[in-house]
Formats: sequence, structure tokens, C-alpha cells
Amino acid sequence: MARSLRKGPFVEEKLIKKVEEIKGTKSVKVIKMWSRSSTITPDFVGVTFAVHNGKKFIPVFVTEDMVGHKFGEFAPTRTFHSHSGDRKAKVVKRKE
Amino acid sequence: MARIAGVDIPRDKRIEVALTYIFGIGKTVSKQITAEAGIDPNKRTHALTDEEIAKIRDIIERTYKVEGDLRKEVGVNIKRLMDVGCYRGLRHRRGLPVRGQRTRTNSRTRKGPRKTSMKRK
Repeated sequence: MARSLRKGPFVEEKLIKKVEEIKGTKSVKVIKMWSRSSTITPDFVGVTFAVHNGKKFIPVFVTEDMVGHKFGEFAPTRTFHSHSGDRKAKVVKRKE
Repeated sequence: MARIAGVDIPRDKRIEVALTYIFGIGKTVSKQITAEAGIDPNKRTHALTDEEIAKIRDIIERTYKVEGDLRKEVGVNIKRLMDVGCYRGLRHRRGLPVRGQRTRTNSRTRKGPRKTSMKRK
């Protein structure tokens, strides 16, 4: 369900402030942030964020294509390293 | 033989239905097209005059993205998601369902035929 247009996109206000600060100084600083549900606005392009995934901060460099997405989409919260021992299990069964 | 929007040659069916053989045209759009062209949707394709076919062709060309162009657009959109590195892109890359469906069971359309891994005894 899409969000009402009347409200505009959700962006945490603190974040806007921080970005403005950094853009003013032109420094290459990474912004640590937890607000995964914030929408990426055009103002954020070219800034690097460190998005929390519940455990670590994932660096996200915002490009133009990312506008409209949420920050959380770029910092996966789950890790999946394939199932273990598929081949091993087959070998064991054959021996029996 | 009616050739509309490239390769599609539907015949012997009602145009309303025949038009849906074109990629990117479903029943709704097909109805709109026949209405705009002022053609009875129940008329068979082979019964259409050349003029009417030309009219349909013109409407489709003017207003709708269809077949190759549409496929390309969809592909580009998916590629964008993958390049940008967002969650939806990752799911596309892995060939898993994109919209949060369960994967413990089902989702065979995305995952393809079952690969059974033998369980240890």
C-alpha cells in the first residue's frame, strides 16, 4: 500500500540536518544511521551513509538510481551461506 | 492475415481476444483499443477491413509500449535493481521470490525444478 502523497516521503529529520551539515563542509564523512525506513531523497546523492543492519554498519554510497528507495534495502539483515554438506550426505548414504 | 505490432498474427478469434496475443496488451487495454477505434469487439479478426486494422495498429503504436520495447523496459528495470544493490535486486540475482513470499516451501516458479538434497540417515 503506497503512502499518502499528502504526507510526502518519510525521512528522519535528524538525518536531513546531518546531511546538510556535511554538504556545507564538503567533507567526505560517513554518516552513521539507524533509520532504515527513511526514504532516500535527491539531496542525499553523493553522500556515504553507514546503515545499521542490526549488527554492523553497512556503507552505502548513494547514487542517483537509489532515489526513492529506503535505506534499509541496501543493508541486508540476514546472512545465508548456503546449506552445508549436501554432497557429503549423498556419499554417506551410498556407502550404507 | 493481420499483422499488428510486429509478429503477432491472431486469426479466427474475436479481436478483443486476438489483441491480447500481443505482449503488453491484456483484456482491459484490448477493450479500450476497440472502443477507441469504434470497432465491435466481437468481430472476428479475419472479418476486419484493412482500414480497421490500420486504425488498431495506429492506436497501439501511438499509445502503448508493446512487445520488444516493453520487454526491454522490464529488463532494464530489473537490471537497475540489481545494479543498485538493493534487496529486491539481490533477490533477482539469486532467482528467489522478490516480494517477501515464503521460501521454505513453494516458490517453485522462481526457484525452478526441485533439487533434492539427500538427508543423512
